[in-house]
Formats: sequence, structure tokens, C-alpha cells
Amino acid sequence: MSASETAATSTHDGPGATTEAEAGPLIEARGLTRILPGLVPVTLVRDIDLEIKRGEFVAITGPSGSGKSSLLYLLGLLDTPTSGEVLVNGKPTHLHSEAKRARLRLSTLGFVFQFHFLLPEFTVAENVMIPMRKLGKLSHDAMRDEAVGLLSDLGLADHVDKRPDQLSGGQRQRVAVARALANQPPVILADEPTGSLDSKSSEQVFEILRDLVDRRGKSVIAVTHDLDMAARMDRRLHLIDGRLADPPAEGV
Amino acid sequence: MPLILSIALTHVAGRLRQSVVSVLGVTLGVGFSIAMAALMEGSQHDFIATLVDAIPHVEVTDDQRDPPPPPAATRFDAVNVIGARPDDDTRGLRNPVRLRAMLASWLPGRMAASLNGQAVLRYGGKDVAISLTGVDPAAHLKISTIAEDMRAGSFLDLAANLNGLIIGDGVADKLGASLGDTVAVSASSGAVRRLKVIGLYHTGVTQADDATGYTVLKTAQVLFSRPNAINRLSIRLDDVNAARAIAARVERMTGYRATSWQEANEGLMEVLVVRNIIMYTVVGAILLVAGFGIFTIVSTIVHEKSRDIAILKSLGFEQSDIRRIFLTEGLLIGLVGSVLGSGLGYALSLTLGSLTFEVKTEIELTSLPLYYSPVHYLIACAFALFSAGVAGYLPARRAARLNPVDIIRGAA
Repeated sequence: MSASETAATSTHDGPGATTEAEAGPLIEARGLTRILPGLVPVTLVRDIDLEIKRGEFVAITGPSGSGKSSLLYLLGLLDTPTSGEVLVNGKPTHLHSEAKRARLRLSTLGFVFQFHFLLPEFTVAENVMIPMRKLGKLSHDAMRDEAVGLLSDLGLADHVDKRPDQLSGGQRQRVAVARALANQPPVILADEPTGSLDSKSSEQVFEILRDLVDRRGKSVIAVTHDLDMAARMDRRLHLIDGRLADPPAEGV
Repeated sequence: MPLILSIALTHVAGRLRQSVVSVLGVTLGVGFSIAMAALMEGSQHDFIATLVDAIPHVEVTDDQRDPPPPPAATRFDAVNVIGARPDDDTRGLRNPVRLRAMLASWLPGRMAASLNGQAVLRYGGKDVAISLTGVDPAAHLKISTIAEDMRAGSFLDLAANLNGLIIGDGVADKLGASLGDTVAVSASSGAVRRLKVIGLYHTGVTQADDATGYTVLKTAQVLFSRPNAINRLSIRLDDVNAARAIAARVERMTGYRATSWQEANEGLMEVLVVRNIIMYTVVGAILLVAGFGIFTIVSTIVHEKSRDIAILKSLGFEQSDIRRIFLTEGLLIGLVGSVLGSGLGYALSLTLGSLTFEVKTEIELTSLPLYYSPVHYLIACAFALFSAGVAGYLPARRAARLNPVDIIRGAA
């Protein structure tokens, strides 16, 4: 179903889809470098320049240890670069306080990791509601409706009041996607989102991400080592030893 | 429910057994502190009440706090006067009628005049020196509780008997005299009179029982050769705690030294202060130990929930949010412990208060004196919450500083 409607439709339904920012890139990196300090400094990524546009489905690929995840965390403001800067909606972030970067993550960036990282004590719906409650813009009932809506869209309507440990791995990962979408951020950052799933569940999660781009106009940046999957995304960034390189021949 | 609180609650509930132990630590700390404070302050109040009851609250005596300068010094503007001999001035409170009238207009209490001096009692070849006070019996009973301490005879019998003498039972024992015996009383002036023992008292204060006695004011004035004189004005106040202020005012007004009961027992008051410091130190130590329990459990939770911390940060929680979650956990334990501890403290106080003891001395202390005050509960709870706050804050600060990237990498 995703293949049929590739070139992103303009029917954005997220409120993040505002027209003024439409022109420029959503996320931009300039000379991004991250070096872990220590006796022997380790360079994670070096001199990365890139732009992520609205409605793009971008893969970050590369061998193990090439800095894929590090780049994603830098783009997601979870880590701070040693030099260079990340711009979100055209605004530089390197001077932001920790608190301000956290607020930006809360409203404009959604994370999905290889492991679901759901809070085990909360039900599925409550997990999805946590970012909403943190943002605090909706009433409790509205948040619950929103969460149930998101979960239903991802085929989890029957599981909203279960605990995460009552779900399968694929279901949990879909809950994690719903949680990332909770505050309707324009960008979803996924770190090996299918890395711990079987092929059927992987396919499901991939379809969901594809759908987010095609139908909701989200930008999705996904780290993956699955070249098949990367081939089905809109654009591929290939990293070797922390630098952007030409992607290997497609269709491997 | 606020998000921070609901996350904190799940963490504490997830480690229920450990949390309960920490809560119990605080509960016991607060409970024992409260019971101890009630007992300490109760005994202190009881002690002061006994003490204050037995003595006048303010006593005006016929000396001055600062001796007046020699007349020569004031007249000649002299720096130093050599060889001046002190005036042989008449002792006693001058113009007692005017003095009493001056005080009576505003004094919140009652007063009684007396003449006090040293006398030696002699009976059957034995001598006992006592402090003999001449009183107006009816007036004296208004400022003293001696009527309750009478073992034989009645204090008011003095009024009808100019040759009557009432002494402590210790004095009587030392003399070998008993009720109805006539003893020779000689004063420092040299006068001797024979007085009949018409009453004995036992206050429980050895000093009073072994070395004091009472007679009628008139008899004392004759004995001490001080006709119509008094040298002591004893005041009993409606509010004992006002004694210091009133003593100062009386002193300013009359020029005579007025001693409050606190001043008269300064050493004792210091002991009580030291006692309170010791008590609050022990209470503080108990609650500090309870704080260690809280520190341990919150640290454990931080360690256990580091992945949750990382994910919350990635979702957009600020460092201060994370800090608040774990601080809340410490305070939750402290709060529940304080509430339960207050209940325990009250129960303990009631139990202690219902115990009765057989005490051999004759001042009967049949049950423990307890003093109930909301201040004890406030102090204990405030201290518990403070120590819980500190114990929660330290691991909370560590949690807030955790780097989410390190944790996510570690988990992957």
C-alpha cells in the first residue's frame, strides 16, 4: 500500500504542519562533529552536513560502529555536538539550555528505539499519554481519546488497557511508535526500530513508518542495518567511520 | 494526579517491601521523638510547677541591685572617696503602705508582706538555726501553698496565737520537739522568746523542711527589734511566665531588688535548656538514621530505573523533572512516615501516661507527667521531612544528570 502512494501527499493532518516553515528544511546539520573525550578521544561523527525536509523518509545506514546512532541522537538533541550545530525549523539549538532542548524534543521530535522502553507500571494508553501529560495542553479525557485514537490507527484498539508485558514484541514497538507520535511532532527519529523484531513484525512497523510519511506528512529518520528496508525509503545517508559516504550500489 | 507524582508512586510501589521498611524507620523516629518530647517537657513542666508553687513568683527584698554611691561622691563630684564608712541605715522596705498601694493598682496577682530573719531554736539542749519569717497568716496563704503541706496543726492557727510557731518537720526532728512543745527562740538582736510549736509542715523540699519556720509578723518584729518593719514582699502572679517582666517593672518603680522565680533558680533553668538540647540532638540523630534508609531506597530505584530515566528524557523530560520525581519519592516516604509517626507518638504518649508507679518519696509521683503540644509534632515531622528531602535529593540529582545516550547505548 505504501508503494502506491510514494511522492508524499500534501494532506498533512498534524498541527505541526504549518505553512511558514514549509519551505526550509525541518532539521539541518552543519559541520556536525562529536568526539568522546578521554585518554584516547573517540570520534563518533565528523563534519556532517545534511538537511531533512518535511515529509521525507530518510535511512541512515552503515556498518556497525560507523556512528549511525550517534548521528541520530545529535539530530534529536539528545546529545550535544563537540562542534557544529543542529538547526530545528531553521533555528540554531547549540545555545539552548538543557531544559529548552528538552521542550523542543517534547513538541517536535519523537523517538523510537530498538527496544520499546515502555514504562512497565503503566498501561499501554497511559504510556502514550505520558508525553501529552508532560506537555499539559489537553484535559485528561482529551488525552485519553487522543491516545486511544493513535493506538487504534496502529491496530492496537483492543490492547489500550493492557500492561506492556502482556503484549508481543511487535505490538510493544507499535505502542512505542504511538508514544512518539503523542504530541504530533513533525519528525520521528527511529533507532533500529525493527532491530529486535521478527520479519513479520518488522514489516508491520515499517509499513506504519511509511504511512506516517505518506499520509501524515511526517519526516522519519531511521537508522537501520537492513539494506532492503533502506532501499524502500526515500533517501539514504550512508556513514563510514563517522563521515557521510556514497551509498553502496542499490538492490543488494 | 500530576504526572511526576504518578511516576514517583509507581516507583515506590514497585519496591513495596523496601519502601515499607523505610516508612517504618521514619515512623519509629517520629513516634519516639514525639513521645520523648512529651515526656521530657511534661517532666519539665511538672518540675517547674512544683518548684514555682513552693516559692513566691516575685520577691521584693530590702536591698538594691546596685548599692547607692556614697553621698560624698555625689556632693563633691569626687572620683574616689577614701575612708568613707557606710551609713548605718535602717534596713527594711520603707513606707510599706505606700509601696503596696503603688503596686496594687496594676499588679496581676496577690502580695503579702513579711519580716524575715535568722533565729536559733533551742530545745532540750539542742540548737537549730532557721530562717524565721513573720507573716500575716491569712495574707500569706494567698501567696503560698503551705496550707497543703501541713502535717499537724493548721497554718491559720497562728493568727490566734501570738506565741505560736510553725516549723518544718525536719527542724522538729533535729530538735527532738513535737507538736505542743515550747521552744526558746533567740534572734541575732539578742532577744529571746519562748514560742509554742503549733504546727508542722512537710513540703518535700529539704531546704525548707530542715531550716525554716513561721510565726506571726508582730512576734517577729518584736524578736528582731524592728517594730512595724517588713523586709520582704512576696508576690504570687496569675501568670507565672510573666514573672521576669513584672519583676523588672517592680524594680524600676520601687528601686528595691525584685527577684523573679526564674532569676532565683537560674542554674536550674540552664540545666533544663541543656536537657532540651540533648533531647533534640537525640531526636535529630534518630531521624538522620531514618534518612539513610530513604537514601538507600531512592538510590536503588534510580539505579533500577535508569532506562526509564533515559526514555523520559528522550521524550522531553527536563533534568529538573527527573530530579523532582526522585525527590518526590523521598518526600513521599517521609510524609507517610511522619503521618504514621504522629499517630504512633500520640499512642505512645497515651500509653506512657497511663502507666502508674509506686514511688517511695513522699512527693507522690504516681504517673508519668506528659505534656501534649502540637509543636512537638511539628518539629518531629519537619525534621523528618527535611531529612527525607535531603536523602531523596542526593540520588535525585544523580538521576537528573544521567546521560540518556549512555543508557540507551548500554541497553542496545
